[in-house]
Amino acid sequence: MSAIDLPAVVERDPNFNFGYLDERTKRMIRRAILKAVAIPGYQVPFGSREMPLPYGWGTGGIQVTASVIGPDDVLKVIDQGADDTVNAVNIRRFFQRTTGVATTERTTDATLIQTRHRIPEVPLVEGQVIVYQVPMPEPLQKLEPREAETRAMHGLAEYGLMHVKLYEDIARYGHIATTYDYPVMVDGRYLMAPSPIPKFDNPKMHMNPALQLFGAGREKRIYAVPPYTKVESLAFDDHPFEVQRWEKPCELCGSRESFLDEVITDDKGGRMFVCSDTDYCRSRSESNG
Amino acid sequence: MDSPILRASGITRTYGARTAVDDVSFELWPGEVLAVVGESGSGKSTLLNCVSARLKPDAGKVEFLTRHEGVVDVHAMSEAARRLLARTDWGYVHQNAAEGLRMDVSAGANVGERLMALGERHYGRIRSEASDWLTRVEMDAGRIDESPRNFSGGMRQRLQIARNLVTRPRLVFMDEPTSGLDVSVQAKLLDLLRSLTRKYSLAAVLVTHDLAVARLLAHRLMVMKAGRVVETGLTDQVLDDPQHPYTQLLVSSVLQP
Amino acid sequence: MSAPAIRVQGLSKKFVLHNQGGAELPVLEHVDLEVAPGECVVLDGPSGSGKSTLLKCLYANYRANTGTVHIREGDTETELGSATPRELLRLRRDTVGYVSQFLRVIPRVPALDIVAEPLVDDAGDDPEKVREAQRLAKNLLLRLRIPQRLWFVPPATFSGGEQQRINIARSFIKPRPILLLDEPTASLDADNRVTVVSLINEARERGAAIVGIFHDARVRDSVATHVVNMTRPL
Repeated sequence: MSAIDLPAVVERDPNFNFGYLDERTKRMIRRAILKAVAIPGYQVPFGSREMPLPYGWGTGGIQVTASVIGPDDVLKVIDQGADDTVNAVNIRRFFQRTTGVATTERTTDATLIQTRHRIPEVPLVEGQVIVYQVPMPEPLQKLEPREAETRAMHGLAEYGLMHVKLYEDIARYGHIATTYDYPVMVDGRYLMAPSPIPKFDNPKMHMNPALQLFGAGREKRIYAVPPYTKVESLAFDDHPFEVQRWEKPCELCGSRESFLDEVITDDKGGRMFVCSDTDYCRSRSESNG
Repeated sequence: MDSPILRASGITRTYGARTAVDDVSFELWPGEVLAVVGESGSGKSTLLNCVSARLKPDAGKVEFLTRHEGVVDVHAMSEAARRLLARTDWGYVHQNAAEGLRMDVSAGANVGERLMALGERHYGRIRSEASDWLTRVEMDAGRIDESPRNFSGGMRQRLQIARNLVTRPRLVFMDEPTSGLDVSVQAKLLDLLRSLTRKYSLAAVLVTHDLAVARLLAHRLMVMKAGRVVETGLTDQVLDDPQHPYTQLLVSSVLQP
Repeated sequence: MSAPAIRVQGLSKKFVLHNQGGAELPVLEHVDLEVAPGECVVLDGPSGSGKSTLLKCLYANYRANTGTVHIREGDTETELGSATPRELLRLRRDTVGYVSQFLRVIPRVPALDIVAEPLVDDAGDDPEKVREAQRLAKNLLLRLRIPQRLWFVPPATFSGGEQQRINIARSFIKPRPILLLDEPTASLDADNRVTVVSLINEARERGAAIVGIFHDARVRDSVATHVVNMTRPL
């Protein structure tokens, strides 16, 4: 519970168009989304608009959500897996104010999920849409800063450089050091940055029944993974892709399968490991009794 | 082998009013090293760039005999095909090794990159192949994980050569590969180039201003002046019995220590 | 008389020194020569009579101004003046060997490798052939009395006589139908001269056509089947 008392119900503000953006902008973004869906993993440039929050706070994800949200949608917003962080709360309130749609914290009840840096533990189903907030859409950016060159590489499917980076990791650390925003090949054609989700979540993207949309506001790119698309994390034959494991289960719900956050409990070094996905954790705790 | 591996016909390239390369033609056969010598402004580097597809000539054609698809017009190829060729069957050795290397990744990654680009996905194999090539260019394979920033100029050049040869290209373009290096370093590098071109039967077009380099490495020599080829023939013949006044001038100008 | 290995007709050569006001130095004038397999033709004449120049024209190291030089390869002849560089390189690789007067030393390559090189180049990737090349090289070096301690050293620091023997070994290791020899015994002592004479005669007996310049009368008399006198152009 936050220190500031917020009204329990947020009223729809009629001074804003539905979803904040004007209809023409929504149409432009939907066209970009359609193109992105038609070319899985390909970064589609779009005319990113000024949003009432600065770059770096999810403007891309918000624009995508704003363009696809309808009055019958049920919206869930999470930030690092949690529904109750400041960012998640504010973005949820933004949509409540500009659309009046129902919101939920339960993954199973949501039709539209906007997320920063995590995929919910509960498997998604057909008909659901998940929107990822993306800071840097170009997976090769750190290795090749020239956009002209990365565009050519995507166009020609020349991705050796990405493997160079993975090779370097193994040479330097004995294993691939990337633990989040781990590069993937989409439908065997495009190299994609899945956004800074932990690599633990990468397998969830593969053959997912839901529609996955990605929005980068500052970089002005939208991309998509349509339902039931192959998403494969890059690796070497003799250094296969591996997800993180924890030694202990979640201390609240006992889960051994979910992504755990480390929470510092006191100033003496005390810590506990709990599920990052708050909805998942609470559901399990409730059913555990 | 009945066809030349490279054929340049009527290559012309101008920059405004200035003609940098004027109607140059030549054939190169597998395993032959052709040196293009000339002073600054002769057009030799422009010619090299035209035949290596880095620059589009204003006139003329460059044809390459591929491994499996016959003769192709290098400038009519798709960008994708050209880039693939540059990564597999061709090599390009820059004068400044830093331009031909990724300075921010290790020596091993530099050598292994072409393999990875071609789909090699076994880390152990990539590493051992890279290690082999470092040894073949007479580098200490133990330095495989070091950054080229820690290497001397001569070592960077060796690394660049290894990076190019790992896919066993049949044709290598070299632009002053030993200029700018200390004389003793140059000498060792020339020996390496000489033995590699012989051992792997490389066809090569080598641009140099240094006649001694041409004498050591090349079977054939083309002398360029103001964009034109003034004399061409077997290297020893052009250097020992120069016919053209400019060639005679060049040969007589070389200092003998 | 079998078909000639070398056929020179009307060969003329002059040097034009463009940077010395176009000064002309005529060296060869209307030279005709035929050399058949199994012959050793010795070019004789005073210095300046063009002996070395003629030899270099036969190797395509010098370019003739007029006339033709036909070199036989099997059943066909190749004319040097109209041959492509590729054909000339092939001729040198397989048909015509040349021992020059001065060893242009390939710096930093050990003597054994220099001698073995013509065979190693032909061996390609075959390690067995490479080993055989090195074995033959060692035999030749032994025969020419080059001590083992020099085998793995580049010849740059060798004496003139040692360099000359490396030169000779390199040219004789791969038997070719034609051999051109420019003063091959000039810096050699008596024993090595005898060895080289044997090498030349062995080559001639297996059917090689040889053209040579020999300062030493005894050597000349031991190898020559024909002597051609050359004079300075008028």
